[in-house]
Amino acid sequence: MTVDLPTPRVGPLQDAAPKPMRLVLNWGRRYSLWVFNFGLACCAIEFIAASMARHDFIRLGVIPFAPGPRQADLMVVSGTVTDKMAPAVRRLYDQMPEPKYVISFGACSNSGGPYWDSYAVTKGVDQLIPVDVYVPGCPPRPEALLHGILRLQDKIAAEQLSTRSYADRRRLAGAVTRPAVQEPGAGATRVPVAPVAPREARS
Amino acid sequence: MTQAPRELTVGVGAGGLATADMVLNIGPQHPATHGVLRLRITLDGERVLKAEPIVGYMHRGAEKLFEVRDYRQILVLANRHDWLSAFSNEIGLVLAVERMLGMDVPERATWTRTLMAELNRVLNHLMFLGSYPLELGAITPIFYAFREREDLQAVMEEISGGRMHYMFNRVGGLRDDLPSGWLGRVEATIAQVRRRLPDLESLIVGNEILHARTRGVGVLDVGVVTSYGVSGPIARASGLDIDLRRDQPYLAYDEVFGADGPGRVVTRTGGDCQARLEVLLEQVHVSLDIAEYCVQRLGSLERGPVNVKLPKVLKVPEGADYVATENPLGMNGYYLVSRGEKTPWRLKLRSASFNNVAVLGELLEGTLLADMVAILGSMFFVVGDIDK
Repeated sequence: MTVDLPTPRVGPLQDAAPKPMRLVLNWGRRYSLWVFNFGLACCAIEFIAASMARHDFIRLGVIPFAPGPRQADLMVVSGTVTDKMAPAVRRLYDQMPEPKYVISFGACSNSGGPYWDSYAVTKGVDQLIPVDVYVPGCPPRPEALLHGILRLQDKIAAEQLSTRSYADRRRLAGAVTRPAVQEPGAGATRVPVAPVAPREARS
Repeated sequence: MTQAPRELTVGVGAGGLATADMVLNIGPQHPATHGVLRLRITLDGERVLKAEPIVGYMHRGAEKLFEVRDYRQILVLANRHDWLSAFSNEIGLVLAVERMLGMDVPERATWTRTLMAELNRVLNHLMFLGSYPLELGAITPIFYAFREREDLQAVMEEISGGRMHYMFNRVGGLRDDLPSGWLGRVEATIAQVRRRLPDLESLIVGNEILHARTRGVGVLDVGVVTSYGVSGPIARASGLDIDLRRDQPYLAYDEVFGADGPGRVVTRTGGDCQARLEVLLEQVHVSLDIAEYCVQRLGSLERGPVNVKLPKVLKVPEGADYVATENPLGMNGYYLVSRGEKTPWRLKLRSASFNNVAVLGELLEGTLLADMVAILGSMFFVVGDIDK
């Protein structure tokens, strides 16, 4: 049996929270982002390169040792999200504790990228989960990921409890316990795709 | 004072506890599958009874997209299915198109292609030489592997502009001529990688822990290799002496693997995880030798064109052709069917990892669950290469 837990709220006085408090809270959040690498395709290699000695995003406070989504604050979706993979992406996102952030890394997870007209590819991970920062490129350079992380940290720094959408978001227990793989048509995320013209129609 | 030994009977009945098989799902998002491979494993205790790879989580429909791209655009998709060996993927495609067009490629382009294909092979193998020990619990090798990778990627980037997806091949040759002084920098980088490679090797070769995890684990015999169409370093680790660079030479490989060339085919007979890793490691050395040889040959070549002028609308004459190349992970084939249009009628892709992973069902049967990651990692696959 599952139980829906209410999202903890600060109450109507949240806007009146003193600035130093917000500052400390946001400062703490932005420099200890435990990252969960949703490595899907080519971009995952550049993500790994960014975590290695030369680019080393740990110096920005991004820690790539989260054992799983349940211990992570930041999810980096790097690579092509396919329709078959989409339910798993959504499920792992739902398993992350609030506050959570998402970086969409690479053209494929931004918009489908070079597979924009494929029948099997989800046209952007933002159709499944809210994205905070988009990093363009195919694949983006590791430096681009570093830049994306800095942008995200700026965003966190400017955050107020009332501006953050998660305050209004309700988590449904069913969302984290539903099966990862669903039969097509049984509520699986399906993106309508412009059909490729049949062979005879092409010349 | 002695106590009479007490006997405890556990499980009354036909002599033992009743057990039930457990079905364990690995993936699709699991660190050991580096990517989105999914395995459905049936366990009896710790023993794997049955393992079934479930593919398709990275299926991007590239083959269908090839049919709506013209021959210049196809390269974008063709180099992305195996993202660790983008240059080698491009080569298979352009060779197929060039052969159907009956096009002669300038010698300078051929040697540059050979050089870059070998550098790409080193890049690919370094990735696995780093990630495989990581899966076995050793984190240090991957730092060394990536240090070398970054340096090699720098020279590849200088010539092509890309760190991973080079897009440097064109039908009929290469996009640009070599930048001035590039060959010297390649030579220096090769020498540097060669000098620093022992750092990585000393962690892998003769490592007791690594031996304990890999020796005699996941033995793949030649019969299974041939029946599943396994190719590349995995097949050679089982003693199958096959390498398309030597057996069916393309590019400049007939000279490289000729009597005076530095090319040689690395084989092992063990067929276990250790043999597969050793093949990979030795192939890095061979590829560096070949790359060095190519640099010297390029240095002695006269300056000349690196590509052929193409018509504005590139149409491949009607017909079909199959070109197979030796990708870093195994045989990579393109079956191109053209009906004389701007786009191929059908472009079938034969990718190495698909066959290499298909064998997992047979290989994992009867092994311990703890060895599963070691065996899975030693199959050296790229998920995009499985699912296309």
